[in-house]
Amino acid sequence: MSGEGLPPGLAPRLVAFFEELRAEDVAVGTSEILDAFEAVRAVPWTEPADFREALGATVAKSQDDRRIFDLVFDRYFFRAAEAEAVDRELREGDRSAGGERLDPEQLRDAIREAIAAGRESELRDLARLAIAAFGRRGQGSGVVGVDVQRIRRTLGLQPQAPGDQRDDGPPIDREGINRFERHLRRELERGLIERTEKLPPSRPLAELDRTLPTSPTQDLAAVHRAVAQLKRRLATLGHEQRGRRRNSVVDVRKTMRASLETGGVPMYLRYRAKRPRRPEIIVLCDVSTSVTSASVFFLSVLHALHDSFRKLRSFVFIERISEVTEIFERERDFRQISQRVSREGGVADISGYTDYGRVWREFAEEVGDELHPRSTVIVLGDARTNGREPHAEIFGQIAARSGRTFWLNPEPKLYWNYGDSVMSAYERHCTAAFECWTTRHLEDFVNVVAGGRLPEPT
Amino acid sequence: MESVAETKRALESAGYLADEPAALVAYLAQTLGKPVLVEGPAGVGKTELAKAISRATGRELIRLQCYEGLDEAKALYEWNYRKQLLSIQARAATEASGGADPVGPGREAGSGADPVGPGREAEEPTGIGSQIFTEDFLLTRPLMQAIASTEPVVLLIDEIDKTDQEFEAMLLEVLSDFQISIPELGVIESRTHPIVVLTSNNSRELTEALKRRCLYLWLDYPEIEREMEIVRLHAPELDAALARRLVEVIQMIRQLDLKKPPSIAESVDWARALLLLGAEDIDRSVFEQTMSIIVKHRTDIDLVAERVGVKLGAPEEIEAR
Repeated sequence: MSGEGLPPGLAPRLVAFFEELRAEDVAVGTSEILDAFEAVRAVPWTEPADFREALGATVAKSQDDRRIFDLVFDRYFFRAAEAEAVDRELREGDRSAGGERLDPEQLRDAIREAIAAGRESELRDLARLAIAAFGRRGQGSGVVGVDVQRIRRTLGLQPQAPGDQRDDGPPIDREGINRFERHLRRELERGLIERTEKLPPSRPLAELDRTLPTSPTQDLAAVHRAVAQLKRRLATLGHEQRGRRRNSVVDVRKTMRASLETGGVPMYLRYRAKRPRRPEIIVLCDVSTSVTSASVFFLSVLHALHDSFRKLRSFVFIERISEVTEIFERERDFRQISQRVSREGGVADISGYTDYGRVWREFAEEVGDELHPRSTVIVLGDARTNGREPHAEIFGQIAARSGRTFWLNPEPKLYWNYGDSVMSAYERHCTAAFECWTTRHLEDFVNVVAGGRLPEPT
Repeated sequence: MESVAETKRALESAGYLADEPAALVAYLAQTLGKPVLVEGPAGVGKTELAKAISRATGRELIRLQCYEGLDEAKALYEWNYRKQLLSIQARAATEASGGADPVGPGREAGSGADPVGPGREAEEPTGIGSQIFTEDFLLTRPLMQAIASTEPVVLLIDEIDKTDQEFEAMLLEVLSDFQISIPELGVIESRTHPIVVLTSNNSRELTEALKRRCLYLWLDYPEIEREMEIVRLHAPELDAALARRLVEVIQMIRQLDLKKPPSIAESVDWARALLLLGAEDIDRSVFEQTMSIIVKHRTDIDLVAERVGVKLGAPEEIEAR
């Protein structure tokens, strides 16, 4: 019934597409599928943009979902079209036409202009030209990912820092280059399919597309986007609990007052206003080399936390511990903070390897007396002791004194307790320990801190 | 509105420059009769979209502003207790004095009033309960108004993320079946299909059940060109070059890590302020004078002054040389 009004063959294709989305963990229910069919019938399906948006609006119900939707959509419909072409043995004409006339310099300028002006179709043509030009020189490796990078490098396309304006052509940003790379990738793939006459095996989206961009070389802005969301959640933290009436206490005085209006009959109950819980949070963050990649991310999480909680103390540690609360409070800019933390933190003595045992001892001495049942201790670290004494018993004392203790580990659970990781020794004392290497993990954690609920055991 | 392109034009003539996805979702909302969930940062025109749809379709806009502790009594309907009490007392008084004519607006005389809806399960009027639980004692609230309206309307449920999950659950009946059940009266079904727009600032995750019933639209800060068009639409006297400069500065400010980045509404305000001041270019002194229109936090002001203010030329210095 749902296939009416659509060209034959489209309905099963769409269902297969939704299957693929489900495989990528997008919750596509039957009702969504029905909606999608209705929506596709309401718009001209021959318009690629409308078709895509109609599906997107009905199926992807959050920004994360939408991102995955776009990736899968591109892949799926591109592959479907190519499979059809192979089936019917369609071939494109000579795709290298014009490639020889251009030298890299010209090509690069043209690409820059196209990126700056946002002309997508032109970018696509340029991508083809670039592939043709490099294919001729016999530099193709046959592996799509490698070729993309090679072509990009040969063209000298580099993202420019906003500050340094060079005078040759309009500046391009990371986003623009990504767009061009997408076209390159697609055109290379198209060529590959045409040559080999079969489709590459369909692989689920790389875990990389979803994990947190952790290494400092990666885009810091992406980390910030993840954290910005976190910020918003935290900002409304106290409010959510205030709305709940079921645990509130009747204010007798106010109720009697209000009853005057109804002739002494207490018709409306008045409740005592509930103060939102403002936990005191103490964060300990490992900044050693073994967690270099994660610590950038953790520092930005700390940064976000500082904006949201007034009573927050932060410490960084490697071999020793150092309080950085003040730095976070004074500096607004994240880059400055990470510089100052590394410059003034003074946390590494000699080796630069984490010494958890010593860290606990120092922490217990410095802050131990101030811990009380309303304080929450959060540790960000990989629990790799580098063979030194873990002193889990001191950590146990710290955990016992504070109300809640959470551990965020940047390593997947699989690696816990392998090698020099002593996670289990610490985990015993924690209220909960989390692996934290994707935005979703982070959100789970925030939910716990915010709502006070413990996660269901997985 | 017959097609996506037409919807876009209609919204534009209503003073809203919709991008492709927004126009499409607005069109689908009307043709499929599904609620739309609009998410995005503050000040990108989520609420404005609903207003524009209302203007473009000529429907009345009914707005439900959500907040902490919003409950059914404020959103759906409420019994008018005071009136009910008065009615009971008046009746008791007349009965005691042996009077014939009851003061309360009894149903036996209410032939003119339309019963609430086709789904109403009428009870036999026995006892006082049936006389005080009638439409006359019902205070309708926005959701009820939208459902019971005889004219098609646009229902805007603003900032749904501010309410709690229980309220969302209550909305489900309204959003999927467009009906409301009142225990004393029965089920009230909608006569016309309202266009429903829900907005959310994404401050908490909405429930799956709610999302499933909605079309989803993410609105983000517009591209430079589109924002320029928007500014020019609302401040038509503004010089094109100046508008471009203004939008460029705004976009630059949004790149910074601010507590509250400037919204579209604030760019428009700024444009109007510049018009009033008769500024011909955005230089440092103009920027510093008017900065408070676009940046609203002390720490943000410092940061913006430091980062953006410096990049703008200072006319006095250039002349001095």
